[in-house]
Amino acid sequence: MSAHQPSLFGDGDTAADQAVVRFKPDFAGWQRAARRHLAAGVAPEAIWWQPDPDHVSGGDTPAPANATTVPKRFIDWAKAAACHSADDRWALLYRLLWRITHGERHLLSLAGDADVARITRYAKNVRRDVHKMKAFVRFRAVAEPGHEAPRYIAWFEPTHHIVDYAAGFFVRRFANMRWSILTPEGCVHWNGQGHADSTTKPWFGPGASKHEAPDGDDLETAWQIYYASIFNPARVKWNAMRSEMPVKYWKNMPEAQLIPKLVAGADQRVATMEANIKDGDTLHCGPRPATPEATSQAGLASRPAFSLERLAGQAELCRACGLCGPATQTVFGEGPANARLMIVGEQPGDQEDLAGRPFVGPAGQLLDRALAAAGIERGQVYLTNAVKHFKFTPAGKKRLHAKPDYHEVAACRPWLDNELALVNPERIVTLGATAAQALLQRRVAVTRERGRPIEWQSRMIWPTIHPSYLLRTQDTHGPGFSRFVADLEAAIA
Amino acid sequence: MKTIDKLAILADAAKYDASCSSSGTASRHSLGGKGVGSSEGSGICHAYAPDGRCISLLKILLTNFCIYECSYCINRNSSNVARARFTTKEVVDLTLDFYKRNYIEGLFLSSGVIQTPDYTMAQLVEVARSLREDHDFRGYIHLKTIPDADGELLADAGRYADRLSINVELPTRVALSELAPEKDHRTIKLSMARIRAKSDEHAEARRAAGRVTSQRPRSRDMGRFAPAGQSTQMIIGAEPSTDADILDTTADLYSSYRLKRVYFSAFSPIPDASARLPARRTSLMREHRLYQSDWLMRFYGYGPREITAGTDDSAAAGMLDLDIDPKLAWALRNRPYFPVDLNRDDRERLLRVPGLGVKSVNRILNIRRWQKIRLEDLVAMKAGVKKAMPFTRCAGHHPGLGEAPSALLRQRFAPAASAQQTFDF
Repeated sequence: MSAHQPSLFGDGDTAADQAVVRFKPDFAGWQRAARRHLAAGVAPEAIWWQPDPDHVSGGDTPAPANATTVPKRFIDWAKAAACHSADDRWALLYRLLWRITHGERHLLSLAGDADVARITRYAKNVRRDVHKMKAFVRFRAVAEPGHEAPRYIAWFEPTHHIVDYAAGFFVRRFANMRWSILTPEGCVHWNGQGHADSTTKPWFGPGASKHEAPDGDDLETAWQIYYASIFNPARVKWNAMRSEMPVKYWKNMPEAQLIPKLVAGADQRVATMEANIKDGDTLHCGPRPATPEATSQAGLASRPAFSLERLAGQAELCRACGLCGPATQTVFGEGPANARLMIVGEQPGDQEDLAGRPFVGPAGQLLDRALAAAGIERGQVYLTNAVKHFKFTPAGKKRLHAKPDYHEVAACRPWLDNELALVNPERIVTLGATAAQALLQRRVAVTRERGRPIEWQSRMIWPTIHPSYLLRTQDTHGPGFSRFVADLEAAIA
Repeated sequence: MKTIDKLAILADAAKYDASCSSSGTASRHSLGGKGVGSSEGSGICHAYAPDGRCISLLKILLTNFCIYECSYCINRNSSNVARARFTTKEVVDLTLDFYKRNYIEGLFLSSGVIQTPDYTMAQLVEVARSLREDHDFRGYIHLKTIPDADGELLADAGRYADRLSINVELPTRVALSELAPEKDHRTIKLSMARIRAKSDEHAEARRAAGRVTSQRPRSRDMGRFAPAGQSTQMIIGAEPSTDADILDTTADLYSSYRLKRVYFSAFSPIPDASARLPARRTSLMREHRLYQSDWLMRFYGYGPREITAGTDDSAAAGMLDLDIDPKLAWALRNRPYFPVDLNRDDRERLLRVPGLGVKSVNRILNIRRWQKIRLEDLVAMKAGVKKAMPFTRCAGHHPGLGEAPSALLRQRFAPAASAQQTFDF
């Protein structure tokens, strides 16, 4: 496994039993040579990889294309690592290829292996260099005879051999511009403008020097002003900036010229701001808007006294318990003020909390189906909950329902009492234990007491289960659902 | 006023928004189109300012005139700063000119509130519409949403923008009504709820279309509503809320509105500041510890209360330890949980080991399918071996329980007192 390769040495210094393999030093060139030698069973120790930029592959006997397969991950890593500037990358790639095809197919899963750690590092270095090229290339517009739009030309100095590898990004991003990126090693040009599609290819040329690139662009002043203005002098983080934007890139970035001045003046600017604290009471942008408090009060005043509308408006501002903090909004009851039947649930859920209406989530939809089956029109029923805010436990991007405790039910009780007084229903169906207990003020075993009316304050309460129980037990079409419908039917009979 | 002078004012006014992210949106390119622009998963930071912050978007306000009076804000009504207002065309041209020179990934447009929330929102939406429809711009657009704006405007905003955001501004309702009397937590959360509901609705329509292959339009042709989701920001240290308050609110917001990110912005002095605010800036370390905690909640399975349940003497009630990271702090408070056996324990337990990140844990699990984990593997994959050692067991490494008491470990990993002053991350 230890085929070390000081490749700067001439051919004469290779071990006597090593074959010198000449190949074009890019991924495709290496791949052709590697396939051929792999098929011939040549072990890594027996190969001396000799890059030869002028190598023509035409004379090679074609390698069997599908003689062997490797994980796709290897190809991805190898394509990236092949762009690295380290001389030992070709031998490393072949060694990995050999090991993968000789009993270690899972090799790339072993992050602790020395060869794997190295290709991981090479691929990562190259991807970082590519990323920085995407980020730090700065185009300058140059008028071109015969064209209305300018050509955009950039000068960039990458660390690794990445111009080919990174070109696709610029094609996809600037498909309808004419542009060129010049680097010391090679250049890439694109003449897309309007008629490019995914089959159009950029063309690559030999390396250039910096003086062939334009030396300025009118927009750079605006860009520098933006850069200077977006910087917050109160939070200078010199090292964070330099680790993400290494100094070696600065010379080709117009904004980087400002950095020393910005950093030098930062402390003074902060000191000035900290010394200048005062409260002016002059308004500069016209009258201030009404506060939410005032807006709510005005809204309330416009609703008729002793109406459900006003009650709902008052409940919106309720802070009688802690549930108003995390919840979005109060979910008040809804339905006709003269309804004969009132249905009381436990509390709103996730969907109800977002929509601000009771029984619109999965349990609400099940209730709708049960009401329809029982021949009850939802529009004729007053629907509400014992607790008007959603109580939940956050779990990542979901909210898990949490049972309201005694104090929360008690804090909400006045709203329910007022709803009862205003609607004055003959019959009440309570869904689940919390709703029944909120009214009856005692423990209620719903499964035992359901289906029979309980006389309470000269009305009839019919306790039954909460439809979410049917959802939990996955009994939305079975006997449980039928019994729930029967309970509803009994309540209106 | 010249565009360039407006740019200086309206970029300066926008810099207190921490977010400059351009990642996680729908993948697209400009081949076959008429304009410029692409997005390919991870965002690109085109430059870094000396404050260490990424510059990937042209982050500006449409105007810094504002009728609101929020004490912490440089643009509040009574602030004696220079005011300016861009035209739609100025913003569109700047965005395209900057984009074509590869300075930026797109536009982050916010605004002071002028006239009414609806009027202001309509101005923002018009810029996004012009970029998308008049110029076939396919780069990234982040629109700040004005709370209380009309639902139709919100729908348009989500059609043109990759990301929408509404700043919750401060962690508690009380703090907000103190410092921003015209703003209201309830209205802000209602707007977030509307964005989530719209986004759910679109996702459901796409799923439904995907199930029926013959249906037109096909799911992949249907536009997405703000594909990069929504985010928010809280100012840290402008009022006495504790880290526990902040993280509780953060967890509530993530779960309630499926936010992509909650940003924390350490309060820093502004020109012409109000006397209602602390005169000194908030420690950037506090902001950093909060971000670390945010990461622990989102990717490591920690609950907010676990992170802030400090029993350590050095931390005030509900405040994070500034000297050591919150993951190490949790591990030191919960020694009986350790050592974690790298060769046997499940992913959830591996993620609790200080020094092991998500990547390292994935690598360990991969290696484990084939062979035993040795300490050398951790070294080769450049995991935080020194931090992990007292808390793990693997082939060739068995820490004695008593050999490293928590106090000693804390001392080992906390920076020396003098180093803290200049700590830089």
